[in-house]
Amino acid sequence: MSLEQFINEAISPWLKEDGPDSDIVMSSRVRLARNFEQSPFPLIADEKHMENILYFMEKEFNHRSYLQYKDLEFVKMAELKQVEKQVLVEKHLISPHLADKSKHGAALISKNEQVSIMVNEEDHIRAQLYFPGFQLEKALEQAFQLDDWLEEKIDYAFDENRGYLTSCPTNVGTGLRASVMMHLPALAITRKINRMIPAINQLGLVVRGIYGEGSEALGNIFQISNQVTLGRSEEDIIEDLKGVVDKLIEHERHARKLLMEQSELELEDRVFRSYGILQHSRIIESKETAKCLSDVRLGIDLGFIHHISKSILNELVVLTQPAFLQQYAKKMLTPNERDVFRASLIRERFTLEQKEEY
Amino acid sequence: MECQECKQNPATVHFAQVINGEKTEIHVCQQCAKEKGYVSQEEDAYSLHHLLSGLFNPKPNAINHQSHKTAGKELQCDKCGMTYQQFARIGKFGCASCYHTFSEHLNPLFRKVHSGNTAHEGKVPKRVGSDIYQRKKLRDLKVKLQQAIAEEAFEEAAKIRDEIRSLEKNLNHHEERDDS
Repeated sequence: MSLEQFINEAISPWLKEDGPDSDIVMSSRVRLARNFEQSPFPLIADEKHMENILYFMEKEFNHRSYLQYKDLEFVKMAELKQVEKQVLVEKHLISPHLADKSKHGAALISKNEQVSIMVNEEDHIRAQLYFPGFQLEKALEQAFQLDDWLEEKIDYAFDENRGYLTSCPTNVGTGLRASVMMHLPALAITRKINRMIPAINQLGLVVRGIYGEGSEALGNIFQISNQVTLGRSEEDIIEDLKGVVDKLIEHERHARKLLMEQSELELEDRVFRSYGILQHSRIIESKETAKCLSDVRLGIDLGFIHHISKSILNELVVLTQPAFLQQYAKKMLTPNERDVFRASLIRERFTLEQKEEY
Repeated sequence: MECQECKQNPATVHFAQVINGEKTEIHVCQQCAKEKGYVSQEEDAYSLHHLLSGLFNPKPNAINHQSHKTAGKELQCDKCGMTYQQFARIGKFGCASCYHTFSEHLNPLFRKVHSGNTAHEGKVPKRVGSDIYQRKKLRDLKVKLQQAIAEEAFEEAAKIRDEIRSLEKNLNHHEERDDS
């Protein structure tokens, strides 16, 4: 059953594939916000309206397939335990808002976990699509097709002048939020990123940490997304974002090159220290884990470390978060127990990898 | 007081924990509080919306003076019942009709949030907006026609012209039907 896979597998099937520029861009995401024309938005809708939408979405889309997105599974929030919902958040399959605030929320998740359609989040429909690496155009193209497919059944709230109508004024128009997750260790080590963020903001783009609004950039992973949704076509929005991401990739590669030229030994030392901590520590917090994983990932990219694959790092990023750890431990853990469990899980995972090697 | 976890940042989260009757005081910074699960991870997830509500007209009364239609009575969406005051406070619309009800106050807000833009450019739903979709297609085709003529690509232009005619016929047909 898919729900078990969603909750027990740390790494989504689509994330196991390598995409373009995947040494720097981990994933690309496109999200479209849509609403039913006739129903009040979830924020103020009464139970009956919300239940009607849930019923409709389940009836029309549960276990349906679209393109390569097979067997959409309808997962109701009310039927999940708190820790299960948190796991879905940690995998970015649902938003914290859907997990915590929405009493009548649900998500339609494709078998490969590439598509997740949240129902009764802040808007009635939030369809999101992920691609590995840097593939914004492909993501938009497929999101459009998915949107057309949904629209065959749903009467969208749309206004000729204002576009797709959304609960929050920040999403109106295209309802599009396009984002990329980038690993920018060299720009972070050299502190160049701090100077670049304000410039990026001026272009109408937002830079955030890995968990969205208000979160810090754990493990040098930054999320770059568009802010403006009204008055620009989806293609133009993607084009702007793509331009900035291209520049960031260029700067990151250049900064890595400079670091290698000017302080290769220090860099190598940093990478192997972090590798050592991951392999041998007995207690490790999530923040230190994220830092060490970032260093080791950089070490792989720069050729210091050959024998471990990057997909393990992707896996550990997800696996070492609080809810996942507890799901894995099959019990509630106190913060201190978590740090101990996290350390032993990382050690085991690395040992496993080395065994596979020989 | 410094954070007892990281010993770097100032402690901003203070509380007492009682485990097995033993009371411990905890003083940590926001980051460590999140890290240790003392506060909800998404506490400040709505910071953007808090900021946003500052962009609305802070004095709804002033709006009543400006607008004759609403003088003496507060603007309220007749479909979902949301008042303009509520909308300004929470920064979210209640339903699709709110966009029409509050329409005259939205341009300044949208301009601030969307770099000066107030009108949609982009995708149009195929079914619900089939007329809108066709009107947009018509506009695009007319631009294309001018281009083709300018480039003296007359064969192409003739094709586009035929497409325009059939689209226009379609649209007129729809409108007549709507009138009856």
